Amino acid sequence: MHIMEGFLPLYWCVLWYALSLPVVAYGAYKMNRIIKENRDLLPLLAVSGAFIFVLSSLKMPSVTGSCSHPTGTGIGAILFGPWITSVLSIIVLIFQAIFLAHGGLTTLGANTFSMGIVGPIVGYLVYKACMNRNVNLYLAVFLAALFADWFTYIVTSIQLALAFPAASGGVLASFEAFLGVFAITQVPLAIVEGAVSALLFKYIVQLRGDVLLKLNVASPDIIKKLQEASA
Amino acid sequence: MKLEYITLAIILIFIAIFAYVSSTGNHEWSGADDQAGNTIDKLTGGTYQPWAHSIWEPPSGEIESLLFALQAAFGAIIIGYFLGYYRGLAKAKASAYPEEKQ
Repeated sequence: MHIMEGFLPLYWCVLWYALSLPVVAYGAYKMNRIIKENRDLLPLLAVSGAFIFVLSSLKMPSVTGSCSHPTGTGIGAILFGPWITSVLSIIVLIFQAIFLAHGGLTTLGANTFSMGIVGPIVGYLVYKACMNRNVNLYLAVFLAALFADWFTYIVTSIQLALAFPAASGGVLASFEAFLGVFAITQVPLAIVEGAVSALLFKYIVQLRGDVLLKLNVASPDIIKKLQEASA
Repeated sequence: MKLEYITLAIILIFIAIFAYVSSTGNHEWSGADDQAGNTIDKLTGGTYQPWAHSIWEPPSGEIESLLFALQAAFGAIIIGYFLGYYRGLAKAKASAYPEEKQ
């Protein structure tokens, strides 16, 4: 989902920066506040960020004969919400832009928007919707991480389509072309990401159920039931 | 343990699909990010020139994979450290107050 350095015309770079930076700024403010109020949350925040670090470094082969990578933003979105996850994502994206020539500083705004903002928002909403319908917690995490991953790539396709409309068929035709590159490749990866996220979440529930309550991620009954089931 | 088995099964299916796809036909296994660049070329007829270049690129594929491995290792250490720390903490608590089982 990294749009490569220089591969977006200047005004699109500026636009996506303008949309992303306020979100990241507010996220940084929220992150500061939540840590100051509650030092207990810092390790879990680090784990969420580290999970993004690990998953976004794994370029995995897919059914289409090409490679892509998961995003890892689902856990952060569920635990801390999309605002804070945007900060965690931009850190990873800056690291990759500077040291790995993956993505770029001109396209950082666009990449943050897809991976750090829309993906986590979708994941967060999916999780909330599942919990309201009493879906099993781990299944909810699975679905949230899956859709956070997948929508990141759909947004990238939209961003590229908007910047490069096809000569015949315009934005829609090129959206289809970019979806062809990203969307199908991403499906198996998103499923693996969902499963791994659910597994990590299981350990967090077992070990720090109290923090999940504090973050209002799940109700006390659910946490208690899951802890008893795995004990 | 159930979730562990399900996750393992999903990963094994993923590997099986990879083995199947790579045994049928020639695939480049190139990055989807780079393929998007090719699609841009096709859509614009090769007229679009990237107007900025990465300030630094890993000098070789080996160095690039070194940096990717470091990125993964760094993340994995943090996850492992805190999960292990919490596990030890829970264990110590359980042995200090054995009757207070939740």
